[in-house]
Amino acid sequence: MKQVFSKPVSLKDVQTHFCPGCHHGSIHRLVAEAMDSFGIADKTIGCASVGCSVFLYGYFTIDVVESPHGRAPAVATGVKRARPDRIVFTYQGDGDLAAIGTSEIIHAANRGEKITVIFVNNTTYGMTGGQMAPTTMPGQKTSTSPNGRDVANDGKPFKMAELLSNLDGVAYSARVALNNPRNVLQAKKIIKNAFQYQVEGKGFAFIEALAACPTNWGMNPLAANERVGSEMIPYFPLGVFKNNENL
Amino acid sequence: MSALKRKFVKGNEAVAMAAIEAGVQCYFGYPITPQSDIPEYLSRELPKAGGTFIQVESEIGAINMVLGASACGVRAMTSSSGPGISLKQEGISYMAGSELPGVIVDIMRSGPGLGGIDASQADYHQATKGGGHGGYRIIVLAPNSGQEMYDLTMLAFDLSDQYRMPAMVLADSVLGQMKESIVPHPRPKADLPAKEWAVRGTGGGVQNVVKSLYLGDGEMEKFHWKMHARYQELADKESRWEEFATDDAELIVTAFGCTSRIARTAVEMARAEGLKVGLMRPITLFPFPKKGYAELSARCKRWLTMELSTGQMVDDVRLAVARDAEVEFYGRPPGAGSLPTPEELFTQIKKFC
Ligand SMILES: Cc1ncc(C[n+]2csc(CCOP(=O)(O)OP(=O)(O)O)c2C)c(N)n1
Ligand code: SF4
Repeated sequence: MKQVFSKPVSLKDVQTHFCPGCHHGSIHRLVAEAMDSFGIADKTIGCASVGCSVFLYGYFTIDVVESPHGRAPAVATGVKRARPDRIVFTYQGDGDLAAIGTSEIIHAANRGEKITVIFVNNTTYGMTGGQMAPTTMPGQKTSTSPNGRDVANDGKPFKMAELLSNLDGVAYSARVALNNPRNVLQAKKIIKNAFQYQVEGKGFAFIEALAACPTNWGMNPLAANERVGSEMIPYFPLGVFKNNENL
Repeated sequence: MSALKRKFVKGNEAVAMAAIEAGVQCYFGYPITPQSDIPEYLSRELPKAGGTFIQVESEIGAINMVLGASACGVRAMTSSSGPGISLKQEGISYMAGSELPGVIVDIMRSGPGLGGIDASQADYHQATKGGGHGGYRIIVLAPNSGQEMYDLTMLAFDLSDQYRMPAMVLADSVLGQMKESIVPHPRPKADLPAKEWAVRGTGGGVQNVVKSLYLGDGEMEKFHWKMHARYQELADKESRWEEFATDDAELIVTAFGCTSRIARTAVEMARAEGLKVGLMRPITLFPFPKKGYAELSARCKRWLTMELSTGQMVDDVRLAVARDAEVEFYGRPPGAGSLPTPEELFTQIKKFC
């Protein structure tokens, strides 16, 4: 029988620590598949962030350096400048990238660092127990917005993929989701593109992945998955916002 | 760089020259007076030497780039002054937790807050006690001349690689801005351990991880004891200090950095008047040269600590001489134009003779 499905070689054979229905694991898989498709696992360095994804090195077989909360784009800059011939990516949550680390991401993007950024937007701080994030949606209840995010008090959610696409240093900026097979296939293609940009030395590529956090949303995995489609995608539209082949 | 050719340079430039000679590959920094000559020099010279210079958006970004580059096994460096060093503390703590080398130059100015750009030694605690969270220490070297700005910067790279921990060159605006003649010398040969821990991205079934996260049972405690042992080893092997006229001294003045230069003149004035006064200058502030203090205090029971602050090193001096000796203190907190004169320090010395 022909084998149509197997574990990416750049992923370890380990049990997951992510909650049931969490999309972090699926995104890990797509990142691993992208690396495998270019055969770059042997020349890639990952920059882990702070949040539920901190154990990057526990899942990938590649070398990983841990970064302080929000600083992964700066750490990745140091890595890429020290080893320009390596493929370097960061993997960051929305609290990490869009709150404490806004300065680092915007400046790394503006410098056009030749890195790939995987940004997991689950509209909450997962690891610390579901507090309000910069991407928390208007009216969304979290442990620090018990009455729902009040935009008059807290502002509106950041749309990072659109925001960064405005910077000249950015080669590629896109938003994907993993809530249904069609979107997963689309996400797979787009994440691969983001790595291709770096393989070809073209510049900064940014992928925002909409993700479910069933635990902190207080939903079962199916309902959480559905929320991605019914609430998040209308607010955070999917698509490619910047695709600058000419960089 | 040609050896043994005398140069007349600012202390900050001596630091930058030494860094290039030491093989720094990446410099990341953000402007702040009185250290900006360092990034200015390196922006011009480091790319010519094949290295990378980035003027970063903030000190936080800069130290984290140092972290990333250092994690790859290359020599990396940043420099700043008080307000910027405060911002770097998070990254320094992570580097300490990740056992990463890297050189941080702190050209102290007055504070707290915005303070001013005049010389100060009031960041002694921040530098030597682990300015960030988590109970770590870093190597701290305190030059007192242009030549030492050069020599100790070079040494900082070697020590930091040897012991896998950040090293700081702690100077002040007098040392950074003052021009003196120095003799740059080639990088000394050092037998340093290979950086087998570095992330290289070369796969081959070997995974290198640079991290500070220890969650397993007892892992964190083990890590702390390991670091503690490393700090002890540093104290045993790398404590450095300089003595002047201490053999028969009945009073020993102790001071570091630029203050030690003024104190030395004051001690010479005292000697000229027949007063038995000596000088002990710590060169490593961490490890604090306790051995030197213990040996001297066994012989000499009266000490006078002098600092450009209301007193921080004096705490360490008191601990180091234990109950052997009596420690007096004379301090001058920073303020524009308020460096003490040798005469002023001599007057203080006379009080205690
Ligand atoms: C300087 C600092 N502040 C706060 C924290 C606590 N903290 C750990 S994870 C986290 C939020 C992570 O949320 P996100 O980036 O959205 O990732 P997720 O866990 O949702 O995947 C916070 C605030 C920290 N580790 N460091
Ligand atoms: S808390 Fe949320 S983000 Fe974290 S593992 Fe669980 S579901 Fe995933």
